[in-house]
Amino acid sequence: MEKTAQAVQIKGIREGLLVTLGEGDWQSIFQQLLDQIEQNSAFFQGARLALEVGNRVLHAAELGTLRDRLADRNITLWAVLSQSLVTEQTAQMLGLATRISTPRPERTIKPLDTSLEGENAVLLQRTLRSGFSVSSRGHVVVIGDVNPGAEIVAGGSVVVWGKLKGSVRAGIEEEGAVVCALFMEPSLLRIGEIEASRSPDKKEQNTVMALVKDSQIVFETWKIK
Amino acid sequence: MPGTVVTITSGKGGVGKTTTTANLAVSLALAGDKVVCIDGDIGLRNLDVVLGLENRIVYDLVDVVEGRCRLRQAMIRDKRLNELYLIPAAQTRDKSAVSPSDMVRVCDELRPEFDWILIDSPAGIERGFRNVIAPADLILVVTNPEVSAVRDADRIIGLIEAEEKGPAKLILNRLNINMVKRGDMLTGEDVLELLAIELIGIIPEDESVVVSTNRGQPVALDDKTKAGKAFQNIARRLKGEKVPFLNLDEKSDFFHRLSKIFSGGE
Repeated sequence: MEKTAQAVQIKGIREGLLVTLGEGDWQSIFQQLLDQIEQNSAFFQGARLALEVGNRVLHAAELGTLRDRLADRNITLWAVLSQSLVTEQTAQMLGLATRISTPRPERTIKPLDTSLEGENAVLLQRTLRSGFSVSSRGHVVVIGDVNPGAEIVAGGSVVVWGKLKGSVRAGIEEEGAVVCALFMEPSLLRIGEIEASRSPDKKEQNTVMALVKDSQIVFETWKIK
Repeated sequence: MPGTVVTITSGKGGVGKTTTTANLAVSLALAGDKVVCIDGDIGLRNLDVVLGLENRIVYDLVDVVEGRCRLRQAMIRDKRLNELYLIPAAQTRDKSAVSPSDMVRVCDELRPEFDWILIDSPAGIERGFRNVIAPADLILVVTNPEVSAVRDADRIIGLIEAEEKGPAKLILNRLNINMVKRGDMLTGEDVLELLAIELIGIIPEDESVVVSTNRGQPVALDDKTKAGKAFQNIARRLKGEKVPFLNLDEKSDFFHRLSKIFSGGE
């Protein structure tokens, strides 16, 4: 019974039932599926079934038989999902769908949530353009520019090896965070609860580190201590 | 050789996408290439007006996609240039009438017959944008030397990179050299420094563009205007020629500096 549970997995999806077939000999898997259906015939009555077969290569005879056996039990096989091209083609020949039409999520800008064990920073080797947002509970390091309209939210410090012109909120989760950039002209700069009251002036803009001193953000030439 | 699909886009509206599309199409056709332009701005079509072909529309892109006519039937041939065609947008529908894969299919059908397939893009970053990006081999981003236009161009370039359709090339439109000299306008250098993509052309601010657009006679039909010449130069660069950037002002060394940056990047 253990083995059965692994070889044939059934779950409900929006379009009906999704049956995932595991490894093993087709005949025995096929039989296991039919057995499961037999045991719960009331549950399967009139169901619409999508079949996930992984890499398994299935030909028309096998899929056709399966479809007919299912039809005998008043179950409609409507889709076969497979990474195998042969199986996909077979399914298409039989008039079965090969994709479940999950509505493709709108392309959203994924906040990079990287809280890796022992690592507390996310590294981005690219220019962050307008509309791009990165947030991390750790530190954020960017090798590239941060353009106006891009935003960085970091639990810790932010280091920009490039021009920082977008908005930065650093030190959300920890004290003593700093913001460093080769050139700094941010549209918004916050460290912890404190917002910068001004941008660095012309003399301060290059290789600058912003940090909190006496509840104020100050700009210092960025140097290693 | 199959044709190249070039999408002209910007993010922000009103920066000159349609004017650029029309004039590049005319310039390429003048150079003897077979060109078809597609108006991707379904529901807000303009390209037909700018090209002066408005009154000849029978079928449009949505008719093609929905199978009411053959592709050939929707193609309007230009009166002035034999090798220039337009596939207009539908005016009574919206962007959802066409899908990205429809656009890919239409372009694939056009590729064997044309050297260039130019697609005019709607403003915005929604469905209409994805429709016109999908079939593109090359994307030209049009911007003006204004902070808001540059910001939107930056966003668009980011989206193009995310779709792995880059690197896009930049057209800087409506540069007013006098205002730049007075320090009242962003310079080409400012824009390029931020956007960091290859520049393929600068179009000077030119009143004749407005006049020609209203008359449906693209300015590139006449290379005596500065803007017309600039569009023709972009067409030549698209065809792989190396054309120096137009010197809009003899006294200014701005374009020398700019072209130095540019040639250094090549």
